[in-house]
Amino acid sequence: MFRRNGSQCVATFAIDEVRVLRKVAGEVVGLLTDGMDHTDPVVSRLFPDIYPDRPADSAEFRLYTEGDLKTGKIDQAGAILAALPDEGAGEVRLDGEAAEAWLRAINDARLAMGTRLAISADTDLSEELEHAVVHDPGSSRVFQLSVYAYLGYLQESLLNALPEIE
Amino acid sequence: MGVMALPQVAPVETPDIEEAPADDRPWVTVVWDDPVNLMSYVTWVFQKLFGYSRERAEQLMLDVHHKGRAVVSSGARERMEMDANQLHGYGLWATVDRA
Repeated sequence: MFRRNGSQCVATFAIDEVRVLRKVAGEVVGLLTDGMDHTDPVVSRLFPDIYPDRPADSAEFRLYTEGDLKTGKIDQAGAILAALPDEGAGEVRLDGEAAEAWLRAINDARLAMGTRLAISADTDLSEELEHAVVHDPGSSRVFQLSVYAYLGYLQESLLNALPEIE
Repeated sequence: MGVMALPQVAPVETPDIEEAPADDRPWVTVVWDDPVNLMSYVTWVFQKLFGYSRERAEQLMLDVHHKGRAVVSSGARERMEMDANQLHGYGLWATVDRA
């Protein structure tokens, strides 16, 4: 988890955490680069219609803005990959700009996973995780839910480690 | 060649007082509640993007959370489109509408 050190946000990651972060950041990049499917609920959540009741206006706006928006999202996921230790466990130090990219990229990853996991306002994450473990402790749902929960804690720790906005 | 009899009615200029102000109505950027974004993150985005004070950003975040949606900025249409687009960059669910 992140803590403040001078002007930087610092975290020491175990090898499993580095692997998970590399995987989720890579998945976001993959989702955005493999010819996006707009019928995919994850894609519609990351790129919402700006005029929900006017599809033609939304489509026109998308035409001019989606490329840059997508590039921005790929770059911020790339900021995670760039800051992680090359191999094994290690420390990550983020300046203000990198911390912002991490926050945004972690959020994209949580949006993607949350949509796939059908997280709703009523979801109690620990309860959900318990159910999944009872059902099958080795299932991919257990893994996905734990990673989703972990990313939430990590994002919160990074928000708390940021210097106060003036 | 036949000649169509045109109605001899001069077009009367009737300024439509209903429509003119309608075009000047400002537009708004609306942020919608979603079950994934952390409350602290949404507050941070409002501070960062709009320069709102922590108190104002928190109040807006709570409005989004409790009422399901909140107007976060208002003004010219192009400006609102830019705001919504930037909010999408942060992963917030934003739309543009007439005020």
